[in-house]
Amino acid sequence: MTIAEERSELAHEPEAGGQHGPTGIYKWLTSTDHKVIGKNYMYTSLVFLMIAGAMAMIIRAQLVQPDGHIVSQQMYNELFTIHGSMMLYLFAGPFAFGGFANFILPLQIGAPDMAFPRLNALSYWLYLTGGTTMLMGFFVNGGAAAFGWVSYAPLSSYTNSPGPGPDLWIVAIILTGFSGIFTAVNLVTTAFYLRAPGMTMFRMPIFTWNMVVTGILILIAFPILTAAMVMLYADRHLGTHFFTVAGGGSPVMWQNLFWFFGHPEVYILALPYFGIASEIFPVFAKKPIFGYKGLVFATLAIAGLSTGVWAHHMYTTGTVLLPFFAALSLLIAVPTGIKVFTWIGTLWGGNLQFRVPLLFALGFLVTFTMGGFSGVMLASPPFDFAVHDTYFVVAHFHQVLAGTAIFAGFAGFYYWYPKLTGRMMREGLGKLQFWIAFIAFNMTFIPQYLAGLRGMPRRIPVYLVSDHVTFLNQVSSVGAFLTGFSFLIWLLNVWISWRRPIPAGDNPWDGHTLEWATSSPPPHHNFTSLPPIRSQRPVWDKNHPEYADYTTDHDGTPKKEVEPQ
Amino acid sequence: MKKLNFRTETQAGRSGRRLALVRPGWRIPLALGGAALALSACNVTDFGMHTGATTQGHDIFSLYQTFIYMVIVVAVVTFGGLLYVLVRFGRRKGDQVPRQRHSNVKIEILYTVIPALIVGAIFYMSVGTENKVDAISPNPNLNLTITAFQWGWRFTYPNGVSIVSQGENYPQMVLPEGETTKVKLVSKDVVHGFYVAAFDFSRYALPGFTNYFDLTPNKLGTFVGRCSQLCGLYHAEMLFSVRVVTPAQFNAWLSSQGKGATA
Amino acid sequence: MKVEYRVYLGIGIFVLIVTVVYFFWAKEYGGAMMLFGTAGLGLLPALYLGWWKRRMDPRPEDVEEATVAENRGAVGAFPDHTIFPFVLGIGAFLTALSLVFGAWTAVIGLALIVFAATSATLESRRGGTV
Ligand SMILES: [Cu+2]
Repeated sequence: MTIAEERSELAHEPEAGGQHGPTGIYKWLTSTDHKVIGKNYMYTSLVFLMIAGAMAMIIRAQLVQPDGHIVSQQMYNELFTIHGSMMLYLFAGPFAFGGFANFILPLQIGAPDMAFPRLNALSYWLYLTGGTTMLMGFFVNGGAAAFGWVSYAPLSSYTNSPGPGPDLWIVAIILTGFSGIFTAVNLVTTAFYLRAPGMTMFRMPIFTWNMVVTGILILIAFPILTAAMVMLYADRHLGTHFFTVAGGGSPVMWQNLFWFFGHPEVYILALPYFGIASEIFPVFAKKPIFGYKGLVFATLAIAGLSTGVWAHHMYTTGTVLLPFFAALSLLIAVPTGIKVFTWIGTLWGGNLQFRVPLLFALGFLVTFTMGGFSGVMLASPPFDFAVHDTYFVVAHFHQVLAGTAIFAGFAGFYYWYPKLTGRMMREGLGKLQFWIAFIAFNMTFIPQYLAGLRGMPRRIPVYLVSDHVTFLNQVSSVGAFLTGFSFLIWLLNVWISWRRPIPAGDNPWDGHTLEWATSSPPPHHNFTSLPPIRSQRPVWDKNHPEYADYTTDHDGTPKKEVEPQ
Repeated sequence: MKKLNFRTETQAGRSGRRLALVRPGWRIPLALGGAALALSACNVTDFGMHTGATTQGHDIFSLYQTFIYMVIVVAVVTFGGLLYVLVRFGRRKGDQVPRQRHSNVKIEILYTVIPALIVGAIFYMSVGTENKVDAISPNPNLNLTITAFQWGWRFTYPNGVSIVSQGENYPQMVLPEGETTKVKLVSKDVVHGFYVAAFDFSRYALPGFTNYFDLTPNKLGTFVGRCSQLCGLYHAEMLFSVRVVTPAQFNAWLSSQGKGATA
Repeated sequence: MKVEYRVYLGIGIFVLIVTVVYFFWAKEYGGAMMLFGTAGLGLLPALYLGWWKRRMDPRPEDVEEATVAENRGAVGAFPDHTIFPFVLGIGAFLTALSLVFGAWTAVIGLALIVFAATSATLESRRGGTV
C-alpha cells in the first residue's frame, strides 16, 4: 500500500483558507494552528527573556561595587539561579524551537500543519504553566531555588535547600521538559512525514534540518533530565539516597546525569539559531548556501559528538577520564568550524544586502566565533583547572549562548516578522538596536573574560578590592545596561509597526524557501498552491528561472542539457 | 602583582548581614585605580592571566599563552576573511544576481582538515600539560589535608597543627617554597571548589570522594584563595589566604604552631 | 524513508562506537550505561524507519521529480480548534503542583486530565472539530 493511497483514506478536506472559527481569547486558548501556537511560544518566551533580563540587570547592578548592597546574598543566589534557568529552559530553547520552528518548519516543507496539532497545543500549555511555576518560587516561603541552574547535589538536598521553592523549580523543569519532548516528537514527525512532493530530505532548508537534529537530540537528552529531576525529588521527599553520601549514594552521579543532559542541551539551544543564520546569509547574499551537504553532516556530527562530551563540565571533579572527554570536546570544534566557514563561504562572492536581519546574523557570527575560541580553550582540561567556575566560563557561555540566542534570534525575528504579521519592522530603528546591542554585548562579556582570568569566581555577590576586577565589573555592568536598553528600542519598533503598519507583501526579502511562496500571514493550512520543488530553493527557482538551481552545476555555471521549466 | 594585606580589608564577617570588603575611603578612586591596575599590573604577554605561582600553575599558564597565540592566528584568518568579504562584496549595486555557486569540495575539505589538525595539536599539548599538572609525587615534602565545609576551610598539617576558619577570620594556609606539597582534599558537606587564582588551579572538594594533587610553589608571597563552586548562602565569603614562605621559615612556623594554640 | 532511516542509524552506530571506546578506556559503568541507552535511542527509531522503508514504495516526498499533483487526497485530518489541550495542560499543571502543595491539587488536576483525555479522544473520533 502506498502512502498516497493511505492518505486518500484519511481524506478530510481542509477547509478553505481565510478567517473562521473563534476569535480573541477563545481562539488563543483553543487554536491548534501551528502558526498561532508558534506565535504564542515566541511572545511568551520574549516575555520570559525580559523578566530574566531584568534579573541580569539587578545582578549587574549588585556587582558595580565590590560590596554592593542592591540585594541580599540569599536574593542574589535566587536571582542568578532563576535567571539562568529561565534563559535556558524558558527563553533560548522555546523561542527558537517552540516559536520559530513551530511557525516556520511546516511552511518550509510545504505542510498544512504540524503532524500532531493537539499535542502541539498541549506542549505550549505545559511550557506556559512550567514557566509560571518557576516564577512562583519567588512568592513562596523561603524564596525561589538558590542552588544555581545546575542544582548540584547535595546542595539541592532538602537539608541544604529546604522549602517549596526548590520543589517548584523541579516541577517547572519537569513540565517544560515534557513540553520540549512533545514539540520534538511533533517536529521530527512533521519533517519525516508531511513534506510536500519533491521535497526530499536533502532539499529541506538548513533551518528545517537543524530543527530535525535538535528534535532528535531533545529526545535523547530530555528524558535523562526528567529522570534526574524525579530522583532529586525522591531524595528530597521520599527518603531515597541517590545523591547522598550517608545513604550510599553519590553526589557526582548527579553531575554525570545532569551534564549528560546538559551538554546536548547546549547544542539543543544553539542548533536552531544556527539554522536561522543559515537561512539569512544566503537570502541576503542572493546566493545558495555554500556546501549544503557539508553543513547537514556537520550538524549531525555535532549531534553525535555532543552525547559523548558531558564530563568536560566535570574536569575539576578529579573523577573523569580527562583525555577521552578532551578529545571528543575538541573534535566538536571541527564541525562547528565547518559551519562558520560555510557561512563565510556563502557570503563570499555574493551581492550583500545589509538589511537588519543580515546585520544581526553577522553579529551572531562574530560573537559566536569569539565564544568558540574560548570554548576550544576550555575543552583543554589543564586550562579548565585554572578558570573553572570563574567569570571566564561565564563570559564564554554567554558569548556562545546568549550571543547566539539574542543576535541570531533577533535576526530571525526581523527576517520572519513580515511573514508572521504581514508587516515590516522599521529598518532604521532595527539598525540602531543592532549597533547598540552589538557594542554593548561585547562590552559586557569581554571584560568578564579578564575578570575570570584574574580569579573572580562566578555566583558571588561580593568580591575583594584586591582582586582588581572592580573596573572590569563596572565596564561589564554598563554594557549590560546598554544591552537592556537596546531591547527597549526593539519594543518601540514593534509598537510602531503595530500602530502604523507597512504592508510587507508575500516575499519582501526575495526569500528562497517555501514559506515565502504563501501569503503573509499565511492562510489557514498554509498554502493555496505550491510551486514545483526541484531544488533546495523552490521560491528562488520560481522567481529567477534564469538562475534556477537545477539549471546550474555546483560551481554556478549553467548546465547545457537542462531546459528551464 | 601588588601584595596585599589580606585580613585588614575584610572587616565584617557573617555576623553582620554582609561583608564590608572595601574601606570607605577606597570607593571614590576605585574606577580610576582599577583602570590603572588593569593596564599596569601585568605583562602584555600574560594576556591577563596569573603567571602561576606554582610549577603546576606555570605549566598551565604556558599552555594558555600558546593557546592565545594560536587564537590570534585563527582569529586573524577568520575575522580577516569575514571583513574582506563584507568590504569586497558589500558594494555591489541593486538586484544584480551573483554567480550561484553551491559548493567547492576542495575548499570544504581544506576547512575540515585544517581545524582538525589544529585541535589535534591542542589535544596533544593538553595531554602533555595535564600529565605534568596531575602528577602526584610518591615522596612529597609535605602532606596537607584540606577540608572544606559550609562555609570555611580547615588545613591540617602532619604534626596535628590545624588552621581553621573561625568567625570573621579567614584561615591562612602556609606552604614552603620550592617543595612539593601533596594535598588531600575532602568536603564535609556539599561540593566546594578549592581555588587559588595565583596558582592557576582549582579542584572540587567533593563529599564522599577524596581528591589528591600536588602544589609546588615557586614564588614567595601571600595569595587569595576561595571557594569557586557555589555551596550555599555564604559561598562568596568562603575565603582563605595562602602564604608561601622559605622552607626554613615554614619549619619555624610549623613548630611554633605546634606549641601554641591549635584549633 | 531512506535518509530518515540513515540519520537515526548513523547516530545510533556512532554512539555505539563511542560507548565501546568509553567502556574499555574509562572502565566506568555509569557513563557507559547512559551512552548505551543513548545508542538505543538512535537504533530503535532506525529499526522502525528501516522496517517501513522496506515495505513501502517511495513516497512523493522522497522522489526528486514528484509533482504536487501526485499528492492525492488530503494529507491528513487537522483539527481547527479545540479546548481540550488547554484543559489537559491545566490538569497536568495542577497534578504536578501536588508535588509541592500536597495532594489536593492532584484531585482537581487528575479529574481535568481524565475529562480532557476522554473528550479529546471522542472529539477526534467524530472527525476533528468541536
Ligand atoms: Cu564552598
